[in-house]
Amino acid sequence: MRHGALLLTTVFALLPFVWMISLSLKPPEEIFQPAFHLLPQTLHGFDNYRIAVTAAPMHRFLLNGLFVCAAIFSLQMLVCIPCAYALAKLRFRGRDTLFSVVLLGLLIPPQALAIPHFVLLHVFGLLDTYAALILPWMISTLGIFLMRQFFRAVPDELIDAARLDGLGEFEIICRIMLPVAVPALTAFGIFSVVAHWNDLFWPLIAIRSEELSTPALGMLLFRDDEAGQFTGPLMAGAVIIVAPLILAFLFAQQRFIDSISFTASN
Amino acid sequence: MKHALPSSKGEPMALVAGRRRREQGIAWLAMAPAVALLILLLFGPILAVAVFSFTDWQIGSPSLRFLGFDNYRALFADAVFWKALANTALYVAIVVPGTVILGLVVALLIEARPALRSFYRAAHFLPVMSTMAAMAIVWSTMLHPTIGLVNRLLAEFGVSGVNWLRDERTVLPALAVIGIWQSFGFAMVLFVAGLKSIPQSLYDAAAIDGADGLLDRLRTVTMPMLGPVTMFVLILTAKRAFEVFDTVRVLTKGGPNFASDVLLHRLYTESFDFLRTGYGAALTVVYLAVVMLLTRAQARMLDRRVHYT
Repeated sequence: MRHGALLLTTVFALLPFVWMISLSLKPPEEIFQPAFHLLPQTLHGFDNYRIAVTAAPMHRFLLNGLFVCAAIFSLQMLVCIPCAYALAKLRFRGRDTLFSVVLLGLLIPPQALAIPHFVLLHVFGLLDTYAALILPWMISTLGIFLMRQFFRAVPDELIDAARLDGLGEFEIICRIMLPVAVPALTAFGIFSVVAHWNDLFWPLIAIRSEELSTPALGMLLFRDDEAGQFTGPLMAGAVIIVAPLILAFLFAQQRFIDSISFTASN
Repeated sequence: MKHALPSSKGEPMALVAGRRRREQGIAWLAMAPAVALLILLLFGPILAVAVFSFTDWQIGSPSLRFLGFDNYRALFADAVFWKALANTALYVAIVVPGTVILGLVVALLIEARPALRSFYRAAHFLPVMSTMAAMAIVWSTMLHPTIGLVNRLLAEFGVSGVNWLRDERTVLPALAVIGIWQSFGFAMVLFVAGLKSIPQSLYDAAAIDGADGLLDRLRTVTMPMLGPVTMFVLILTAKRAFEVFDTVRVLTKGGPNFASDVLLHRLYTESFDFLRTGYGAALTVVYLAVVMLLTRAQARMLDRRVHYT
């Protein structure tokens, strides 16, 4: 009975994926025929995928996603880690106030900042560039918060010993804190990459050129393109866009799920 | 009390003070980029939004006038704004309970027995990872009035389906179902983590007291212990539900007749389709206020429940 109930919910969760793949392999006549078969009668998949890949620069969308997400995460770590270390392990005036400010920042939905970010980029002539996709996300209060929570758990004795050995603060960060912080880094990394890979709202605002489009925006552009009027290629395009993250997830399932639990427990 | 720097007994105060000052200096150096960016990219923009909302400025125009509260007056007089607010509230009211209850049920079912746990967890989490812009388009083909899966299945049972996304009465519930589809796996993972942390000894103790039936165990041990997790899931799900945009933009653009328009989509349309920056800024301020107030209110209310029951 447990399997029965779980089967129902599993079907609910997986049905759109199955439908998407099924339609991406079918020729137009089969999609519109009244009788329904899950598996295609004639394999039209090659044509559908060929149309999808030639009508829109799919590989470009995916590469852009990779580049933008990697850049964002790298910059976030560069900015957040020293700050988190200071908040966790160094003593200075205003530390608690600053931390409260970071917590406040966690409540702010990022979309509320769209207008000023747009104006800022416009003033510097950076709209419709990779910079527009990357720069507004350089600071992440979630990143600071997670890393700080994690750093706090590192025993002070470890750091004191390092100081006695003559290590400077930045060396301490690199050689002691970072290796230990890999779980937190992975957790935040997964969160950041998934969020920005799937983001539609900001790329829709920040860029116009197809060559710069990230996966979500690329999908929308493809749908509105002429080839996207046909369901077969449209579904093929969807498979291409969705596949990378899904495959990455299936590869590293436990890591993904652990990272959610880690974020939540903090 | 933990000291960041070791100080041996008898060290002159001057040295200690020097070290403290150096520590402060290093700390500020480490935080300088983050603080600068927090001002430039987070709190400065919030201030800017508030300022814009009091002007008639449009992006690209060389001058602006201060309008006082005119933008807000226009906003609150706009029927479309109230419709979007109502739609957003309805959407959240459907998605949050749906997601949390479904997530909890699935989590309980998965954790009940060891068989196939990883498979079920992965399968249910897949929608959470997927690019919504693409999956929304997939859903639109499933909801297609004639060739879509949903209506075909209904036809098997002799029920005639409607045009889910083009009918004013069904469009918002349809979007809400898609919303639940995407988020219940996330709730499930959080609940599973919470369930895993409940010690078996509590269940054993309850059984000794006579509570060993399924419902009894749920009532006396599971649900109370899941209190904090449930609170977290509720707040997070509500926050994400308020931020709904992708499905609306991709599938309906707020239509038909604003029946599926939501706050964030209104914000986008006014600010970036129509370039009514001042008005859009006022809308942003209202949106911010609603989200932040609701999150804090929820947190307070649930916090009380969690700690006093």
